[in-house]
Amino acid sequence: MTLVTREGEPRRAARLRSGQLFLLPSAVIICVFVLYPIVQSFWMSLHDWSMFQAVHPFVGMANYAELLGDPRFWNALRNTAIFTVATVPVQVITGLLLAVVLSRASWWAVFLRSVYFFPVISSFATMAIVWRFLLSADVGPTASWLRAAGLVPIDFLHTTAWALPAIVLVSLWKNIGFTMVILVAALQDVPEYLNEAAVLDGANAFQRFVNVTVPSIRHALLFTSVIAVIASLQVFDQVYVMTRGGPLFHTETLVTYMYEQGFSEFRSGYAAAIAWVLFLLIMLVSLIQLRLFRYSDVD
Amino acid sequence: MAAAMALVVLLGAFMIFPFVWMLLTSFRTQQEIFSNPGNLIPAALNWSAYVEIWSELPFARLFLNSVIFAGGTTIISLLFDSLAAYALARLTFPGRTFAFYVVLATLMVPYQITLIPVFQTVFDLHWLDTYQGLIVPRATSAFGIFLLRQFFVTVPRDLDAAARIDGAGELRIYWSIMLPLARPALATLAVFHFMYNWNDFLWPLVITSSIDMRTLPAGLTLFGGQFVVEYAVLMAGATISLAPLAVAFLFAQRYFVQGIATTGIK
Repeated sequence: MTLVTREGEPRRAARLRSGQLFLLPSAVIICVFVLYPIVQSFWMSLHDWSMFQAVHPFVGMANYAELLGDPRFWNALRNTAIFTVATVPVQVITGLLLAVVLSRASWWAVFLRSVYFFPVISSFATMAIVWRFLLSADVGPTASWLRAAGLVPIDFLHTTAWALPAIVLVSLWKNIGFTMVILVAALQDVPEYLNEAAVLDGANAFQRFVNVTVPSIRHALLFTSVIAVIASLQVFDQVYVMTRGGPLFHTETLVTYMYEQGFSEFRSGYAAAIAWVLFLLIMLVSLIQLRLFRYSDVD
Repeated sequence: MAAAMALVVLLGAFMIFPFVWMLLTSFRTQQEIFSNPGNLIPAALNWSAYVEIWSELPFARLFLNSVIFAGGTTIISLLFDSLAAYALARLTFPGRTFAFYVVLATLMVPYQITLIPVFQTVFDLHWLDTYQGLIVPRATSAFGIFLLRQFFVTVPRDLDAAARIDGAGELRIYWSIMLPLARPALATLAVFHFMYNWNDFLWPLVITSSIDMRTLPAGLTLFGGQFVVEYAVLMAGATISLAPLAVAFLFAQRYFVQGIATTGIK
């Protein structure tokens, strides 16, 4: 039992014990499975580290130097960049337009919002199996529908030109609802009088959208863009399940390459170096986005 | 504006389509799928896929593993996260601010950085391919701590001050006052954690190696990769693995949406 002071505060010693005790389980787990691994990861990247060997020779920056000269790394980087540029703007803009149309309280708007959000709650790996089946030229429906429409049936996931676009499409399918939900929440916080004032001033729907709606949710827009970029740079599940990085490495991304190096080739040091480059890239791109936003935010 | 609405409805159909197709295909026979891939509606309601899934794969085991993994991490994480969050929000002790910023900083680091060393650690602990290996590293989340701490900070101080004057210990205050108050936040976090871990692919893929320990996404993917694929069975498996979340979504949609919407306000 703790004794109390006049203000209802527990004795200092008891408070100290409780605070640190409460924090302990989480603190231990975070130290062992987050903080220490971060340090360990960088340490690994400076060594020729294979998990099943006892000796790990120190190689300094050799892993990073090897990355710079690794054509497969640059290919993965390029694919990841293309994927991000193709996905994020479409995802954010479509999410925004959907949010504008569907942010009312009517039953059909609520229903449609649920429909758009449903892919978000599904397992991407599992739905990627379904999509792989859908897009399959042998057993999937898309080939026969293309034929029925008089077009040439395409084996999307096995055609080098179509594999990455297919992944982009599936990723958009999965994530547009996520963006939409965040922007709907932001839109619902916008006070009505802003729009009403604009209508009184004679602004049409488009002008209202550009000059009232978008500026009032710019923080949510920035947030959702940054999140979308970070997630796109980390793309893995759908690529691994649908194409394994193929055909001919045309869909190999940074994380699938890292996974292969770390868990198939067991080159942990090299994989760790890839992870740190990815981390650097994420930080860089996020900082650039935040900076750009600050310059445009002249109020 | 009618054109815009038509587009929105059409796009909505595209969103739902894979799920509808997945469900309908699970009722078709293999011959039907091969001979008529473009057909949507099954010729007859063939339930055999839903029977065969349990024998073709150790599906019951996969399902159980997902329940243990997702359920276990959610429950333990709720406990540890709320304890830590309450300590960070309410109790003063040396290093409190430092600890909070450290927790925040870990949110910035992508999981790919820690994945390989954690795999090494789990391997060294002989926890590979075990439930504890799956659950313990995930038993707390910086996101959960952050979310709950922000909530606890808003609770009026009079509540715990009054309880302390009445002689209640910190644990009592946490358990009987703070936790019940935090029920909505806890519910949102629980849904978020459960959904994330139920659907997670890479982490269980890395930690488990035997088919008996796999979770649903990893198990289904491996089955789908074999040479002769029973497509209806695969679709039945996918449908069953989606079912718990789909049902929860139908009944408690706001908890799914809330978690995601409130992160935007952060």
